[in-house]
Amino acid sequence: MKSIPVSTTINGDPYEFLCAPDETLLDVLRNRLSLTGAKEGCGTGDCGACSVTLNGRLVCSCLVLGAEAQGAEISTIEGMADGDELHPLQRHFIDHAALQCGICTPGILVAAKSLLEKNPAPTDEEVRYWLAGNLCRCTGYDKIIAAVQAAAAEMRGA
Amino acid sequence: MRYVAAKTAKEAAGLLAAEPGVTRVLAGGTDVLVQLKSGMVEPDLIVDIKTIPGLGEITAEDGGFRIGAAVANAVLGEHAGVVALWPGVVEGANLIGSTQVQGRCTMAGNLCNGSPAGDAVPGLVAANAVARIAGPEGTRDCPVAEIPAGPGKTTLKKGEIITSIYLPARPERASDAYLRFIPRTEMDIAVASAAVSLELNADGTVKAARVALGAVAPTVVVADAAARILVGTTLDGDTLASFAKACEAVCNPIDDKRGTIAFRTRTAGTLAKRAALIAHARAGGSK
Repeated sequence: MKSIPVSTTINGDPYEFLCAPDETLLDVLRNRLSLTGAKEGCGTGDCGACSVTLNGRLVCSCLVLGAEAQGAEISTIEGMADGDELHPLQRHFIDHAALQCGICTPGILVAAKSLLEKNPAPTDEEVRYWLAGNLCRCTGYDKIIAAVQAAAAEMRGA
Repeated sequence: MRYVAAKTAKEAAGLLAAEPGVTRVLAGGTDVLVQLKSGMVEPDLIVDIKTIPGLGEITAEDGGFRIGAAVANAVLGEHAGVVALWPGVVEGANLIGSTQVQGRCTMAGNLCNGSPAGDAVPGLVAANAVARIAGPEGTRDCPVAEIPAGPGKTTLKKGEIITSIYLPARPERASDAYLRFIPRTEMDIAVASAAVSLELNADGTVKAARVALGAVAPTVVVADAAARILVGTTLDGDTLASFAKACEAVCNPIDDKRGTIAFRTRTAGTLAKRAALIAHARAGGSK
């Protein structure tokens, strides 16, 4: 298979890579660009562990071809903290013990950030529906919801 | 496998028509990439149609809306005009998958995937939506109801792609609704579903009705005989009971672990009844 040259922007930085036509964006991020924060859980768009934003939309990077990243703006978990300064969501996930094994955490953080950009004051039910595509087999979700709400409150300046 | 980002619908149609091997059209990719991953299909050519100018846009046209084939359902759900005119179509489209899937999946893709349980399809059929199709021989319009041909199959010919779906204008006092049954609260595939579109007279009686049932036959089912029962009524109890029976009469579902024939049939009738009441209320009827 002939490789495809792709130019894209990830977390504000320009990237160029070659990928196979059937290679997913998730595989490009992890295997070619060493951005291993996005995880492969199911590989079929059910678990959300590979969540990134593509042109501002929350997507599963396992359901995007690397070639589709041409000219796009992508944000991953690696772009969430500001240097050593954790994003409020990241801090509150630690404070609320909203993770155990951690495999789902990058995807949930990216998804939660995308929610709060759209809706800074969601109800618990809105958080649960928004995150319905992010599976966590450890926490039982309650701590995740609490952490998202605590971060949302801090980000609103409440 | 080759991947081509098409620049025009004509180019896409030409490439698909000329390819002797297996082809797939890529819009949101939420079905195509799952098929690739599972090894269900090994395409020789994938044509990305998102790169065709205009396919990602919603445009007002003759009082209705033309929805580009690459418009993600999340974008559709944020369009106040479409939501106001065709709330049932939008609520069906927005039930598909997770937030992540909504950011990519499209109504045209849901239609072309050919699943009898596609949540976007009954609403479009009840709305008398029309697909615009580009192919090697030019452009044609086709009612959405005539696209599905069975599980995984459509009536589209080789080289043809849907470029947009047109939702027509509506008179005052008209609306629609879509309901599905799933055993969970979200992220599941319809066991049975129903879409109802109503136009009302000034006195609240039904002037015109169109009903489409999902997941109860190899393709979406148009329940015209059932719809006629609603005309002239205000959806009183007796009318709704015979309406539900008439919906059940056109069901021909499969029996599987997700629902028996009897359950799917009964559920489709019940959902149609409830969807009719919601559409009636939205259209400004008294109930």
